[in-house]
Amino acid sequence: MRINDYALIGDGRSAALVSLAGSIDWLCWPRFDSPPIFGALLDRNAGSWRIAPVDHARVTRHYLDDTNVLETRFETERGMLVLVDLMTVAREEDKGLVPDHELLRHVRCERGEVDIAISIDPCPALTAVQPKPHRTLGLRWQTGSRLLTLRGDLPVGTARLRTGDTASFSLTFDEGPAVLTPLGDHARARIARSVAWWQAWAGRASYVGSDRDRVMRSALAIKLMGFAPSGAIIAAPTTSLPERIGAGMNWDYRYCWLRDASFTARALLSLGYVDEAAAFCSWLVHATRLTSPELDVIYNVYGNKPPAERELALAGFAGSRPVRFGNAATTQLQLDMYGEVIDAVSQLAQVTGELDLDTQRLLRDFGDYVCAHWQLADKGIWEPRGPAECRTHSRVLCWVALDRLLDLCERGIVERVDVDKLAEHRDAIRRDVEINAWDPELGCYLSAYGNRDLDANVLLMSWYGFHPASSPRMRSTYERICQRLGCGPGLFYRYDDSKLSGEGAFWICSFWAVEHLAMGGGTRREARRLFDAACRYANDVGLMAEEVDPLTREPLGNFPQAYTHVGLISAALSLEEAGRSVTAQRNPEKAVRP
Amino acid sequence: MNVTSWVVWGFAATIVLTTLMAASQGIGLTRMNIPYLLGTMVTADRDRAKALGVLLHVINGWIFSIVYIFAFQAWGGPTWWKGAAIGVVHAGFVLAAGMPTMPGMHPRMASETRGPTVVRQLEPPGFFGLNYGYRTPLTIAIAHVTFGVILGAFYRP
Repeated sequence: MRINDYALIGDGRSAALVSLAGSIDWLCWPRFDSPPIFGALLDRNAGSWRIAPVDHARVTRHYLDDTNVLETRFETERGMLVLVDLMTVAREEDKGLVPDHELLRHVRCERGEVDIAISIDPCPALTAVQPKPHRTLGLRWQTGSRLLTLRGDLPVGTARLRTGDTASFSLTFDEGPAVLTPLGDHARARIARSVAWWQAWAGRASYVGSDRDRVMRSALAIKLMGFAPSGAIIAAPTTSLPERIGAGMNWDYRYCWLRDASFTARALLSLGYVDEAAAFCSWLVHATRLTSPELDVIYNVYGNKPPAERELALAGFAGSRPVRFGNAATTQLQLDMYGEVIDAVSQLAQVTGELDLDTQRLLRDFGDYVCAHWQLADKGIWEPRGPAECRTHSRVLCWVALDRLLDLCERGIVERVDVDKLAEHRDAIRRDVEINAWDPELGCYLSAYGNRDLDANVLLMSWYGFHPASSPRMRSTYERICQRLGCGPGLFYRYDDSKLSGEGAFWICSFWAVEHLAMGGGTRREARRLFDAACRYANDVGLMAEEVDPLTREPLGNFPQAYTHVGLISAALSLEEAGRSVTAQRNPEKAVRP
Repeated sequence: MNVTSWVVWGFAATIVLTTLMAASQGIGLTRMNIPYLLGTMVTADRDRAKALGVLLHVINGWIFSIVYIFAFQAWGGPTWWKGAAIGVVHAGFVLAAGMPTMPGMHPRMASETRGPTVVRQLEPPGFFGLNYGYRTPLTIAIAHVTFGVILGAFYRP
């Protein structure tokens, strides 16, 4: 299987990857970062659940409109089988007595007859016990108080379906007394209820632009990576999908990175998902309270430190070892995070118009920390395991932190801010960046001081309001980045070292470039062309990973990636804004927004 | 039962318990703040919830100290170590039974099975309150043992 062969389903607390072959190859219950129930994504012996025709089939698939319910169609020589995959969801008030988690699969034969094979084999490391078959209760695997139950209209093995035949299969997980879900019409009702929930959620989006399909697929993918009980959003639901095949660049992304905060807030708020944005910012504030005013790089969904990194004896995706659980990047100094957190909360405060006293104090503490530490060398957004440097992007985000805090103070949302001190440091940071980060010979902002490497993240200077995109320095920087880091239609390496290490093009950098062009660094047409080119690498159901291999055009890294998807949404929004401003220039009356 | 002694030492023990828990949150040992959790049961205003929560927690602790006093009477009179032992049981009950069931009682707390609907709510504390920081059980145990020690050492029947 290729990474692109997978589609994501989930229930707002956990997620699963379904392959084109009808196999659930990745599922972690009860939480995103739990050990996998099915891990065939990383080792074919690590468990899967497959329902597919025995015969060779031509496969197509799509999500049902505006949902995270996947429909896969298998066309064989003798018939057509349709497989619907989902984790059941419902409004809180409609839930009643339901299992902790349920993965529901429903097949129907639409034409002719189809022999199907049903096999299930949960991860042996987790379920060392043999399944206990029960006549009415189904197949059951129990470890401690955790119970995994499979009930189906057909037994595991093979079966023949003819036109009009249907069957449902329900896999449930409970930590306590098991709740047995009925099949048949009841299963179809749960599918209908889940479809209705997703469509109602998608219907709340305020985006009506020309990229609605892409934007909504990204929004739905991000929603699947949100953890509803806390409001956290994880970076990706997988671990150890390689950034380069066989090179050891395999990391666990089932945690929450603060670096994503600002883009995530922008995506949620701009689409009208204020509840999600408020819950996310509330999680940000809650999670960072234990370490405040210092910030960790990564938190788990409840704001605790992720477990220490360990390597598992699994074969790895396409043989890419090691397979890692846990993440070691937790203790790096990354000064950019302060700007991310303050900017995210600031965006929400623009909507709500207020912040509680604890949050105000937390932001003030962050501001004081930035004033005291912005001159330090740090590891920066990309978490290199080498030495710390004075990084341009980190300095710009320190400027963002102080600038947003001063803005919040000016609007009366945060009180008791030492305005003079913060303004003095903010202006000092700007001078520092203009003097030390600009290379007049190259005509470009550099990645770090005293180092002539380039980094695509300096394109964000416009997005954060540090520099107008139309300024000569930003235009010149964009040109250099295209020359040095451009690596194919719509693709950019994130920095110079990418070429040496053999990693792929970093997908979100393409959307940063779109933002730069749309915000005045180029024409809207150039921005549109780049946006379309970058989106072309998404898979058949619109999902995107962290990177793209510039040669094979295949995705690399954990999949799907929230950061890439929020980047897409933000770029689409900037394109729309650019379109409105062009319309406004041509016809001011028509461009007035309601 | 000596009512005056209960009123005085029940109050004192509750004040120390509340102070220890607030301090452990203030110095970053845990995000758990039981007065705040109590306060948000009656108001969504986070700032008012803190003040109201302290009041509710003091009343709560005061009432709860009666249980300690009955236990002392049934156990042959109060001593500091009996108070500590009851405090251990109390903390164990709060952590193992109280925390996981809190989402069912709290109108502004998400349950562990909430989703995908998201609203801004308090996070569920989880088993032993571990979702609020790995040191949460320790701080709650210390606070409740101290509560019991004060009652056991100073209460006079």
